[in-house]
Amino acid sequence: MTKRNASLLLFLVAIVTVVGIFFIYPASWSAAISSWSPWKLGLDLVGGSHLTYKIDTSALDSSRVSDTLAGLRDVIEKRVNAFGVREPQVAISQTQGENYLVIDLAGISDVQEAIKQIGQTPFLDFRTVGTTTDASGTPVWVPTELKGQYIQSASLSFDQRTSQPEVQLQFTGEGTDLFAKLTEQNVGKQIGIFVDNNLISAPVVNEKIPSGNAVISGRFSVDEAKKLAQNINAGALPAPITLVNQQTVGASLGTNSLQSSLWAGLIGTLLVMLFMMLYYHWRGFLASVALVVYIVISLIIFKLFVTMSLAGIAGFLLSIGMAVDANVLIFERTKEELKKGLEVGAATREGFRRAWTAIRDSNVSTIITTLILFNITSGFVKGLALTLFLGVLVSMFTAITVTRGLLTVFSKSKTV
Amino acid sequence: MKNIISHRAIFLSVSGTLVLASIVCLFVFGFRPAIDFTGGTLWQVKINGTNVTEQHIADVLHTTGGVASPVVYRELTPDSFLIKTQPLTETDHQRLAGVLRGTFGSVEELQFQSIGPTIGDQLRSRAIWAGILVLFGISLYIAFSFRKVSYPVSSWKYGIATLIALFHDVIIPMGVLAILGKTNGIEIDTNFVVALLVIMGFSVHDTIVVFDRIRENLMVHRGSKKPFDETVNESIVQTMARSINTSLTLVLVLVAMIIFGAPNLRIFSGVLLIGTIAGTYSSIFVASPLLTLWHKFDTNKSAK
Repeated sequence: MTKRNASLLLFLVAIVTVVGIFFIYPASWSAAISSWSPWKLGLDLVGGSHLTYKIDTSALDSSRVSDTLAGLRDVIEKRVNAFGVREPQVAISQTQGENYLVIDLAGISDVQEAIKQIGQTPFLDFRTVGTTTDASGTPVWVPTELKGQYIQSASLSFDQRTSQPEVQLQFTGEGTDLFAKLTEQNVGKQIGIFVDNNLISAPVVNEKIPSGNAVISGRFSVDEAKKLAQNINAGALPAPITLVNQQTVGASLGTNSLQSSLWAGLIGTLLVMLFMMLYYHWRGFLASVALVVYIVISLIIFKLFVTMSLAGIAGFLLSIGMAVDANVLIFERTKEELKKGLEVGAATREGFRRAWTAIRDSNVSTIITTLILFNITSGFVKGLALTLFLGVLVSMFTAITVTRGLLTVFSKSKTV
Repeated sequence: MKNIISHRAIFLSVSGTLVLASIVCLFVFGFRPAIDFTGGTLWQVKINGTNVTEQHIADVLHTTGGVASPVVYRELTPDSFLIKTQPLTETDHQRLAGVLRGTFGSVEELQFQSIGPTIGDQLRSRAIWAGILVLFGISLYIAFSFRKVSYPVSSWKYGIATLIALFHDVIIPMGVLAILGKTNGIEIDTNFVVALLVIMGFSVHDTIVVFDRIRENLMVHRGSKKPFDETVNESIVQTMARSINTSLTLVLVLVAMIIFGAPNLRIFSGVLLIGTIAGTYSSIFVASPLLTLWHKFDTNKSAK
């Protein structure tokens, strides 16, 4: 590297670093930046809830499973968006043949209410009277294809004769056809309307209904009918779900975790710098400068692209401890070359050249580990794998290239 | 010049004893699996009050709340308690929160985690898979990276020696956690497994540095009659400072994380700390001495 190239490189790095500090610093004077690209913090840092629901697809025809899952995701997303959470995440995940719905609600204030509302969504379906009877002689209800997802809208209305509250249903196009077929086949028989597997009403079909309108009447109060209509509108779930995993972190615990992690990071960084300067003197000082550049560049990348979780921060802190490893290898090698009698410039060049294979091999082994972790695990562990992976890549640049630039500019020899 | 290889018997027996002791602890004490793996509920609450005890909370949950066998721990932070039960539904959760509020007044929920048993099974099998893949990936890479060095010890032996060192570095923290599980009730959760995997990734770093130097010195001394043992010893001594220093920077960060960092990550950082120290030791005193021992064994065999 010539002095000229090194100066140019350092000039660019300095600009990125200074601009970066303004970009990542979460203070009021950078409010404009924050609103353009705010720090995205995971729910373990701001409080919130990580919910996993198991989706029961056993009643579905196998060809319709993927459509139904997508529909379910949309419905839940609509509900979740209503909670006013910033960037809620709703995803379907498949593991060992089972389907799960994973919901992340970061920064939510009332987790209990959210869980209640997600779980409360009624599962609505229509059933016909079967030919078999159960032990007590009552006919068994047979499920039909007509389910909640075929409903366009629901509204509260009142029976014209009795003034009882009821829920008026309007089917979608496909639902209208299904309902017409269903009523045609069951003239003179009962059709059962079930919500969450409870029979709500069982009107007798008088004739085929092609209009796509149906009424659920029954033992409703006005409030109950209104709520049922609202819930159906917000989206009747196409498949039943049960909560199998819940992880809720209170806001105060999250804030504490964030603050103590930042302190640990700051103190850890200072200790590393102190050690480098005590052991490697002026070279260690330059490595510390490179470490600051490393931290700033990493944080810029995280702020732009990564939602930071507690595990993510842990991964980043670990990477700080490793970022100077390349420097240690290079400086030790340089020392050896100096002992052999090479002049400073040549010794430094040899140090970089000969330390490279060890740096490459050890970084590759970390990259292998992080890639496996990222692909196999889920949730919080992914965060750690991601920050560690990005950290290794950035540190290769700062510990090797930036340090080399610094050594070139601040040493007496012409090239390094 | 310091001679490490000639004292390899001592160093290897220290490691052997530690590894053996860890394995014994693992078998005798076993692990205490956390709810991640077994399914269950972990509930962290803050209850203000001078005379609230673990026993009191457990009694209230049991008698008034009807929870079969709640276990309650007091945490280091004042007024903070950890409650462990079988998996609770959200309805149970709300009802029990009501029960606690009714008895103790102000109750702040810090954390609530409820995991069904099937999720626990999945996590466990994923963790095992990740471990196998990391082991496999790293040893393949080492064997590949050292493929050009096959004299006098073939390259796959570097891979195996790395694997043994790696095993050493993970088994020791596992043993320590088994003991802590027995004495302090510390449990094994996903974070612990992740820490072990990260140790695997890191522990090879130092071993690679030494092997890299052996690789280089073998090239330099090619043609000369320098014994393999001497070349290895020379390489260890030359690289000792950097082996220690690269680990030391990580140790400094880990110590800061343990003392000042988030309490939830303390065990994670502690496991990494033990693994990192074990890793530094094994890269100097285990991996390379094993190579020489293997070489000696092979030459003895071919001499006969």
